[in-house]
Amino acid sequence: METWRRNPLVFWIFLVPPTIWLAAFFLVPLGLIWVFSFGEKRGLVDIEITWSLANYVRALEPLYLQIIAKSLWMAGLTTAICLVVAFPVVFAISFAPPRWKPILLLLVILPFWTNLLIRTYALIAVLRTRGYINFTLEWFWDGGNQILTAVGLGDLQLLGASFQPLQLLYNNTAVVFGLVYVHLPFMVLPLYASMERLDKSMIEASLDLGASQARTFFSVVAPLAKPGIVSGLIITFIPAMGSFLTPNLLGGTDSQMIANVIERQFKSANDWPFGAALSFLLMYATFGALAMRSLLARGSPGTEHGA
Amino acid sequence: MNEASPIIRIDNVTKRFGQSVVAVSEVGLEIREGEFFALLGPSGCGKTTLLRMLAGFEIPTEGEIYIDGQPMTGVQPNRRPVNMVFQSYAVFPHMTVFDNVAYGMKVTGVAGPEMRERVEEALELVQLAGFGDRKPDQLSGGQRQRVALARALVKRPKVLLLDEPLSALDAKLREAMQMELVRLQHTVGITFVVVTHDQSEALSMADRIAVMDRGAVKQVAPPADLYEFPNSRFVADFIGRMNLFEGKVVNANPDRLTLAVDGIGTIEVPGPPGTAMDSVGVAVRPEKTRISGLHPGNGQIAIEGVVEAIAYQGNESHIVLDLGDGARIAATLQNSSRTTTPVAAIGDRLWASWAAADTLILSD
Ligand SMILES: Nc1ncnc2c1ncn2[C@@H]1O[C@H](COP(=O)(O)OP(=O)(O)OP(=O)(O)O)[C@@H](O)[C@H]1O
Ligand SMILES: [Mg+2]
Repeated sequence: METWRRNPLVFWIFLVPPTIWLAAFFLVPLGLIWVFSFGEKRGLVDIEITWSLANYVRALEPLYLQIIAKSLWMAGLTTAICLVVAFPVVFAISFAPPRWKPILLLLVILPFWTNLLIRTYALIAVLRTRGYINFTLEWFWDGGNQILTAVGLGDLQLLGASFQPLQLLYNNTAVVFGLVYVHLPFMVLPLYASMERLDKSMIEASLDLGASQARTFFSVVAPLAKPGIVSGLIITFIPAMGSFLTPNLLGGTDSQMIANVIERQFKSANDWPFGAALSFLLMYATFGALAMRSLLARGSPGTEHGA
Repeated sequence: MNEASPIIRIDNVTKRFGQSVVAVSEVGLEIREGEFFALLGPSGCGKTTLLRMLAGFEIPTEGEIYIDGQPMTGVQPNRRPVNMVFQSYAVFPHMTVFDNVAYGMKVTGVAGPEMRERVEEALELVQLAGFGDRKPDQLSGGQRQRVALARALVKRPKVLLLDEPLSALDAKLREAMQMELVRLQHTVGITFVVVTHDQSEALSMADRIAVMDRGAVKQVAPPADLYEFPNSRFVADFIGRMNLFEGKVVNANPDRLTLAVDGIGTIEVPGPPGTAMDSVGVAVRPEKTRISGLHPGNGQIAIEGVVEAIAYQGNESHIVLDLGDGARIAATLQNSSRTTTPVAAIGDRLWASWAAADTLILSD
């Protein structure tokens, strides 16, 4: 460390390769896409850069605005559910005996070790008509029917003539369910980090002063965990907004999100300029969210430093 | 002190963590209404655990705690008539001083002018009037502690619990805050239970002190009694300085004990009746021990030794005599005049002596 500081040359030499990498494989392609977004599709592979805003204008057509709105709604709902689900999880980990904490955290990030595609198919196996949830429900239905038959009420068909499996897949609920499942760790980790920083005697002080558990949560824990909450909201919302695999596999015909549309432009529709314009709209929205985060973070107190 | 009914009764309380850790062991205590009570003991002796059981943050494994006559089993911390000042103060960093102090009233529905008035009153009490709009990070450590005090006092608890309230302050401020706490307690008349590992703090502030060791209460007494009449080697050694010897009772008359003391020899002291013929601790305070060049004469217990060390401490000096066989005795001399000349130099043969009545016999 010391030599680095004294000899900036070493520092620059180490900095050059990643800079070139970033420039060559991230910034340049991104710039290309940005340029494409002002272009026009000519042939199968030809794109003419006409610097027209036509793609952006088209992206603002009601059809696409509707999909963007829907994506915002689904990603927002996902983020909100993640927040509500993550808090109890974080509390449980945070108040667990110290030797359990690493194990519990590991369990939270365990799904990351499996490919998203495989996890999504596993989820399909759980949710489909002949999946585990419906099997379990059917088992209960059978059991209930047998009990009714045993007490002589079998003929009344109180539970219906036959078991009707629930349609859990290929709808918006399934998509949100899948998105929550995939993105929960993104919410749990930053929340956990700020809960660990929180001085537990703050919670005790609040209870000691007569506040209920709920009041303590909303008046003390949540405000003090705000940096973690904001981070969690952002890093859950952004990838949720951009997901295409989950709506593709779990959703129905009306569940496509904006990333599905973008994907289609780059693939089957082969309209790169329009896909590029949509991508950049999505990115601008992301930047907007990040800007909002830094605005929110500025007013936040963090946890108390020392005594 | 008034002999009022106990506001807190700790009835044979034991607290275990897991299977092996016994943090508090069979403690029985009564704390009187309006008392300034200190829990004193070395680190890890269970003081904080006991205090947290009073507040309701820990649940006794065995025994019962009564506050104001009510058993506290099953009573949540937010329903107990006690409030706590935390060691870290736990002042809410996202609220102003005013909101911190008001918090305990807002959550219980005290609002409007009454709330406002009580907050102002509490801030005045801790000399923070006019600080209401500040955020905690704009306060010094001492001021933050006052906020914590005001926040607890404004609830008008039956008992105020304080965990090492002064440990984070520097020495000068600590002394000032000791007096401040005593003044405050007199003003509000609320029972204070203070945890501390600093004996001088406990001695100077408390009406009564419970000395704890490894989870058990060894002695409960007013400061002077604790200092002059410790009931065990542990308390004798823990409170102040002490010359502690081991001895045996060789003869017990109704009011005189003859003792054989290691390093000193046979001495005769006015003894508590009923002391068993057993090993006892024999102790005398350094400041009750005199140093002289000649034998001090009869009526004194005297022993000759060689000056081993002299520690000058400004207001007083400590002289340590080597009595042979590894035994030592320390004496404290007041430097009561600027021209006090040193009475001894290292290597001198001198007499250490004390009045027989100042000898402490410790059977525990
Ligand atoms: N939550 C806990 N789990 C396990 N052991 C604990 C727990 N809390 C306290 N202990 C143990 O109980 C004993 C008493 O702890 P306590 O905090 O009451 O001591 P203390 O007298 O307040 O010490 P200090 O002066 O250092 O604050 C210690 O041995 C401690 O390690
Ligand atoms: Mg402690």
